[in-house]
Amino acid sequence: MSYFKILKNGIVKENPTFVLLLGMCPTLGTTSSAINGLSMGLATTFVLILSNLIISLIKNLVPDKVRIPSYIVVIASLVTILQMLMQAYLPGIYATLGLFIPLIVVNCIILGRAEAFAAKNGPVESIFDGVGIGIGFTIALTLLGACREILGTGVLFKSDDFGIAGIPLQGESGGMLMFVLAPGAFIVLGYLIAIVNKMRKA
Amino acid sequence: MKKLSSSLLNMVIVLTLIAVIAGGILAYVNSVTAPQIEKINADNLAAGIKSVMGGGDVQVAPEETMTATIGGKDKLFAVYPVSDASGTSLGKAIKTSENGFGGDLEVLVGFDPEGTILGYTVLQHAETPGLGAKAGLWFQKDGKGNIIGMNPGKNNFTVSKDGGEVDAITASTITSRAFLKAIQNAYDTAYGNSSK
Amino acid sequence: MEYILIFITAIFVNNVVLSQFLGICPFLGVSKKVSTASGMGMAVTFVMTLATLVTYCIQKYVLDPNGLGYLQTIAFILVIAALVQMVEIVLKKVSPALYQALGVFLPLITTNCCILGVAILVIQKDYNLLEGMVYAISTALGFYLAMVVFAGLREQMELNNVPKAVKGMPLALITAGLLSMAFMGFSGVDSGLRLLFGLD
Repeated sequence: MSYFKILKNGIVKENPTFVLLLGMCPTLGTTSSAINGLSMGLATTFVLILSNLIISLIKNLVPDKVRIPSYIVVIASLVTILQMLMQAYLPGIYATLGLFIPLIVVNCIILGRAEAFAAKNGPVESIFDGVGIGIGFTIALTLLGACREILGTGVLFKSDDFGIAGIPLQGESGGMLMFVLAPGAFIVLGYLIAIVNKMRKA
Repeated sequence: MKKLSSSLLNMVIVLTLIAVIAGGILAYVNSVTAPQIEKINADNLAAGIKSVMGGGDVQVAPEETMTATIGGKDKLFAVYPVSDASGTSLGKAIKTSENGFGGDLEVLVGFDPEGTILGYTVLQHAETPGLGAKAGLWFQKDGKGNIIGMNPGKNNFTVSKDGGEVDAITASTITSRAFLKAIQNAYDTAYGNSSK
Repeated sequence: MEYILIFITAIFVNNVVLSQFLGICPFLGVSKKVSTASGMGMAVTFVMTLATLVTYCIQKYVLDPNGLGYLQTIAFILVIAALVQMVEIVLKKVSPALYQALGVFLPLITTNCCILGVAILVIQKDYNLLEGMVYAISTALGFYLAMVVFAGLREQMELNNVPKAVKGMPLALITAGLLSMAFMGFSGVDSGLRLLFGLD
């Protein structure tokens, strides 16, 4: 498989959110705004690329029966490193994403890719797979966050953590708050997947 | 390279090795980031105290902890006495928290020596995004529910719905009540229940 | 009184699935039939209670005294994975009937984020052991309730004629959204209870 194909596979054909329907907890829990979704996507991508790389490097050194615990230790260490780095250098966004950062450990996308791809392919292919799936996940989260933000607050790309004012698209308080709250997450994602289904059939 | 077989010895060696390497790397990263995390927290606190005391050149004395019994439970307040460059007391900045709509609402509030509010900043909240989160601006000087310059010992420091003098955040009465209560508690602890 | 407050808040007001977004994968994945949903709910209740007890002890007696707080994530997930395996083996030996009922769900639980999530939340919220246990059990019951109610709705919907693109996951998500909206009706109940119990 060419590298470009691996990339495209992760973004389009096996998009983790819209097609594989994996990693739903952070998808719904952190997308109250586009920037939050983007940050979560990038955080997950960071772990995904490194875990894919490391696992493809050590795959022959790990006996089959202890495969899963070893992979979990690798992933958990990477997540902890990410946690410490974010706490030290991006404390605002770390506080916003909160619990969902340590929970990257149990994101099925990461262990899933480790098992399905990195354990069978070389390091370079595995990095590309990590980048592709990571971008696919990030795009999905940003899109979902953007839809919820526009519908819920009437502003796009606003972030207090980074001090970005955002693009106002409606009047002062021209949003339906429900879309920023929990029900909006489910409903917007439901419609987005329906649209993707429709486009794939066409 | 051939895959290692799943013999007991191999499994134990590999798992131990991975755990030791992971532990070592984490300990190293922790030793690098821990001071930075501490520094950020200290900087944020210092900047927060400066802003709630009205800015300018201020000297912050070390933290004092005060305890008060509220609603049958002991509550801790971190109090930072503040003075200007010449040592004259400017008042106190107090860290206080109260149960809001979705969890703890933590506020840093600055009082002058008489207990008049100089400024505040919301340190942490778990309120509804978009509604309760407005507390950061709503009660400031140019906000709709301005509390700057009020004195919880003299003013009726509750929301207008409860007969008080402060306008609650639209559709967030619970958050507003928790916010005012947190400041009232801080005042009562540091300045005592004075005339009202 | 505080325990009743934690109990009601965790089940209704801050429902783990519908307002905190933890445990979404099993919530969407195994909720096509009420019977499987209820089996999953029970398995989660069982493991969550045990896991919270064990992780709490590890945090307070192993990690904190040695200044190893940064190993929290890694320690917790390994403990949960090992615990799930052990529960599986013990159940198989001790109670084959219960194993029959819960067995298929157990391997799925390791990657169920509500277990790890609750274990971390109990530490973050600074609960004592008893409060933590009450919180874990109530959260698990909240998960159980959400699963069963949602599965009931989905069973009914199977028969409906909907546009092809919406069929399956999109419809499930939209239904979950409506259910989540219904649970929002409970918000504020905890503040009322706190007033009632005189905790304010």
